[in-house]
Amino acid sequence: MVWQYCRPMNPAIETSGLAKRFGATRAVDGIDLAIPAGSVYGLLGPNGAGKTTTIRMLTTLIRPDGGSARVLGHDLVSEAAAVRARVGVTGQFASVDEDLTGRENLVLFARLLGFGWRRAGERADELLAAFELAEAARRQVRTYSGGMRRRLDIAASLIVTSELLFLDEPTTGLDPRSRNQVWDIVRTIAAGGTTVLLTTQYLEEADRLAGRMAVIDHGKVIAEGTSRELKASVGGRALHLTLTDAAQRDTAEVILKAVLGEAHHLGEPNQIGAKVTREELVPQALAQLAAGGIGIAEFALAQPSLDDVFLALTGKPAENLEAEAKP
Amino acid sequence: MSNGIHGVLSADRRPARTGTFAAVLTLAWRAMLKIKHVPFQLFDVLVFPIMMTFMFTYLFGGALAGSPRVYLQWLIPGIVVQTMVFLTVYTGVSLNTDIQKGLFDRFKSLPIWQPAPVVGALVGDLSRYALAACVVIVVGLILGFRPAGGVPGVIAAIALILLFVSSVSWMWIIVGMLVKTPESVMTSSMLLLFPLTFVSNIFVDPQTMPGFMQTVVSLNPVTHLTNASRGLMQGDVPGRDVLWVVVASALVTAVFAPVAMRLYYRER
Repeated sequence: MVWQYCRPMNPAIETSGLAKRFGATRAVDGIDLAIPAGSVYGLLGPNGAGKTTTIRMLTTLIRPDGGSARVLGHDLVSEAAAVRARVGVTGQFASVDEDLTGRENLVLFARLLGFGWRRAGERADELLAAFELAEAARRQVRTYSGGMRRRLDIAASLIVTSELLFLDEPTTGLDPRSRNQVWDIVRTIAAGGTTVLLTTQYLEEADRLAGRMAVIDHGKVIAEGTSRELKASVGGRALHLTLTDAAQRDTAEVILKAVLGEAHHLGEPNQIGAKVTREELVPQALAQLAAGGIGIAEFALAQPSLDDVFLALTGKPAENLEAEAKP
Repeated sequence: MSNGIHGVLSADRRPARTGTFAAVLTLAWRAMLKIKHVPFQLFDVLVFPIMMTFMFTYLFGGALAGSPRVYLQWLIPGIVVQTMVFLTVYTGVSLNTDIQKGLFDRFKSLPIWQPAPVVGALVGDLSRYALAACVVIVVGLILGFRPAGGVPGVIAAIALILLFVSSVSWMWIIVGMLVKTPESVMTSSMLLLFPLTFVSNIFVDPQTMPGFMQTVVSLNPVTHLTNASRGLMQGDVPGRDVLWVVVASALVTAVFAPVAMRLYYRER
């Protein structure tokens, strides 16, 4: 797309010490980000970590009270109107009108983005067709399923081609099928050249979609990098085994400890895991298990998940953080 | 699906920025669509005044004015005033709903004249109020209301009432921005709307009231609005009352509209 050629090296978003407090709470406590243009970037963190507040600042809905930021080269505070003219927003806080039909919503937003009535209607129909909402076009949005609503939400932010699209928790509350659809949509949007900044509390989602990501906790960036880099920071892989006979687990544990130095029980009674610091020892461990007559139904040499990353960074699993971060 | 989406992404460049007037008009259109989609909002509020019309006309009309028919001529303009004043709450209620649902955040993130969502909602709501007024007038005509001022008189009265209620709406816009739920907009507004419409001359002639009450009633802008509407619908031009209403509306708007806009720009 044209703008990439015009400003090849400029990041889409650049923040420095961005901060926002609500009363005594430091919702965002000095965030530095450099988000390259043309990528999908993930802001990852539990509820209440400061993700939405950060996006609300970056979309000019609230003013930062510390630090500075440039969005697509425009200063967030002094050039707020220029920022608004070039970004798209969707997500849990920027919504559609539930009383109106899907089509009326798109016509409404198309009109507000500068289309004439006729062209707004055409654009609405194009988007409804593309997002497989044509059949529901004349139904009130309150009758839509969660997945349909989210697709309409995203369609509304694609009425004009934005250089930068903010997606705030695009798949929260969706069933797996709808979530996969939204992921496809995000990939398609990114392939079209739009920079996407997405927030999520699902580690898997950031892993699947985002090239780079920042892990946010208590208003601060606690880690930044590609999914691979973040996982590498945890160190090592994990061997996951499913045994044919649960009664053999203790024997298997002894063998694994002897070869790999560590082993631990997993969720199911016939599952066992071990940390792998030297991968060349894995075949030896498997051979020893076979020699010991232990039947293996499945085995996997897994990358550490982003859950492991969170645990390593904060000392707490992500789930626990979610529970305690509730206001 | 992703193929289809890829197709619509390669759309034209952004059109020119929406003009202020177009933005307000579009947002007013949205407010008017609610008549189609959420008609109960209108019916809800119409049931009460129509019930009052029947009750007062046929229960008390004879006692208050000699005959129900004579009383009806006096009551209907007041009922129109009451209906429209009560309806103003819905401006605050729907605004509050929009804020809670996150719709206003989306509006605010668009490159439009920033007050457009509030002003547009108000403009759209005024047309809803006018529709409600027409319903009440039609019910009145069926019951035997015969305005001597004819169509022009009735239109002039409705226009004056619209001016007044647009100023009152700003108060509910403020309430709508301050409270947490649409229900609390409703509850808090009733505290003002009941005294405002009942401590007036809508239902009975204040001359039978005790002295202090007469003073309160004569200071209530709704009393002047009702006088003016009665006059206009019956073919007079009650200059003093019309002036009173225009000045009161201007004052209320001048005080509350800036507060409302300040609250609108405030962060949530």
